[in-house]
Amino acid sequence: MSSRDDILGRVRAGLQRNAGNAAAGREIMQAAMASRSEGPKPAMDTTPAALLERFRLKSELQSSTVEVVAQESDAPAAIARYLAAMKLPTTAVVQPALAALDWAAAGLKVEARGARDADLVGITGCFCAVAETGTLMMCSSPDTPAAVSLLPETHVAVVRAARILPYMEDAWNLARAELGTLPRAVNFISGPSRTGDIEQTIVLGAHGPYRVHLVIVEG
Amino acid sequence: MEIKSMRFKANASASLANVVLQGNLKNAKGKFVTKRAEALKDLDDFEGTRDAAKAIRNKVIDNLDLWLERFERKALDTGAHVMWAKDGAEVCRLVTEIARKHGVKKVTKSKSMLSEEAGLNQALEAAGIQPVETDLGEYILQVDNNEPPSHIIAPAVHKSLDDVADLFHKVHGTPRKTEIPALTREAREVLREHFMTADMGLSGGNFLVAETGSVALVTNEGNGRMVTTMPKVHVVITGIEKVIPTLEDLSTLMRLLPRSATGQSISNYFSILTGVKKPEEHDGPEHLYFVLVDSGRADVVGGDFHEMLRCIRCGACMNHCPVYQTIGGHAYGWVYPGPMGSVLTPLYAGIENSIDLPHAATLCNQCGVVCPVGIPLPELLRKLREKQTDAGLRPLTERIGLRVWAWVAQKPTLYALGARFGARYLKWLAGKSDRISLLPMAPEWTRGREFPAPQGKTFREMYAARKGTAA
Repeated sequence: MSSRDDILGRVRAGLQRNAGNAAAGREIMQAAMASRSEGPKPAMDTTPAALLERFRLKSELQSSTVEVVAQESDAPAAIARYLAAMKLPTTAVVQPALAALDWAAAGLKVEARGARDADLVGITGCFCAVAETGTLMMCSSPDTPAAVSLLPETHVAVVRAARILPYMEDAWNLARAELGTLPRAVNFISGPSRTGDIEQTIVLGAHGPYRVHLVIVEG
Repeated sequence: MEIKSMRFKANASASLANVVLQGNLKNAKGKFVTKRAEALKDLDDFEGTRDAAKAIRNKVIDNLDLWLERFERKALDTGAHVMWAKDGAEVCRLVTEIARKHGVKKVTKSKSMLSEEAGLNQALEAAGIQPVETDLGEYILQVDNNEPPSHIIAPAVHKSLDDVADLFHKVHGTPRKTEIPALTREAREVLREHFMTADMGLSGGNFLVAETGSVALVTNEGNGRMVTTMPKVHVVITGIEKVIPTLEDLSTLMRLLPRSATGQSISNYFSILTGVKKPEEHDGPEHLYFVLVDSGRADVVGGDFHEMLRCIRCGACMNHCPVYQTIGGHAYGWVYPGPMGSVLTPLYAGIENSIDLPHAATLCNQCGVVCPVGIPLPELLRKLREKQTDAGLRPLTERIGLRVWAWVAQKPTLYALGARFGARYLKWLAGKSDRISLLPMAPEWTRGREFPAPQGKTFREMYAARKGTAA
């Protein structure tokens, strides 16, 4: 007998599986899949201004830094100012999805591609953001490679204010509506990577970025 | 992993006598508890969320076979392979075979308690494949002669900054660093090299999503993302009980898991991985394997300990356990310490191999109160004690003692006489004090604590006297 049959056989024996309770079990399963019922969620003011404010506040609590700009074309200059103020390199890898912005005019030297170990600054967009916890939702694709938000020591993300949703549940519904199926990797990111493994002391910059800067585009 | 739970009493005594460990435990003690309490505040309805989480987990484990088949079908649809392992030995065989098939020389590992259960690192090494632990805590333990973890969330919680400073100085051959950020940076640099050169990444799985055939990983360091993004092969090793229905259910459970574990409202990274890289994509594994592991779980389904399968491995029960806080995780002698470990070890590693564990608790129910999926841990520990007694596994002296007590207790006159004698003897033993510091018949009981002395009369004597006065 295969291990699969052996394991499932013992699970079925434990549940005293028979035709009747199997049909009932399948009904429960189908109902769960059809209803996609949600659990209790913390109350939240869901007006656009309140969502932006909550997202900013929660992001800052996760040790991200935040700047708000009026439109997407303002993002390159804002990022250049941030990198200069932090004395960080002005060379960056950018997700191909953002390649069309005028980076050169802002004095940045960017390459639109997947990330490499040597990259020090990674610039990404995001699929959407979650106000409840101050979280970015990244969906991988050829235009939005996952490692750009992971390998570099600095991660800068451009977030459109209209894509800030109240809850993670809303993000799933948006993904279902716009993408159909889930991409290979959905990464929810909440601030720079960290560890507390030595004496429960939180240190920023474990294996991923040391700092995350968010540029929120209002228009 | 070798089971050392039979030496619980000796291990616990050694832990209590270890001055360095006691200092480290004292330092760790309050932090998890305070952070959790703080993090629960911004959840408006903790009880309601916990009820919902409990219902989600029950829904799956009550029909586990159906959900497993459903998950398997969805995972296969995404292009993943699904394998089944009955025990640790089969996990080791399957993972080694996958590694050989893809010509793998080096495996980077994100934290997986199941690989600890299976002793996978030793098996990989024996096959000439290098396993590299990449969670900082696990890495610290691996370079310290493969020391076992002492906590499921913070594996190296028993080690101090000084311990790690000495260790890195020794194994990396670098100048001794004394700042935690510098030590973390040093580990980052050593491990980054491994992330970029490994051919296979190995992770556990916090949840398996039946709706999408995905695995969900909850991490902070980014090592989980590294091992599932950079190598060409990704292997997920996970218990068969980890399935949940929908992405909505994932969101509900995520409101509780990081809060209960580390006191975070959400973990730094939360990754939901589905299928393999498309040819035009820049990153991600080309091959994805799920190894669904039984190792004792299937036999728990539908039995007295069924509820234990709800466990989401947050570690809150051990963080709040007065016994764990005092002796640390190693004394429990296997992969899982604390109250959840005292239930799981007898179930998965054998009740006869862990006689003391169900007794390594005061049944104070701190664990039951904090459990995010409402597992009645003290109740399960009590049931295990019952099983031990039924199976005749308790020590002979205890068995005879209980028999004698039961015989006497069924004879009211004899019992009253015995109680009167006992109360007077103990009062005499206490002398002028109201405490007894050494019980001659049970010296073990008074080692480290005192026995309160009776007043000299039994309850029945006093009751009778009072009744006489009232009449």
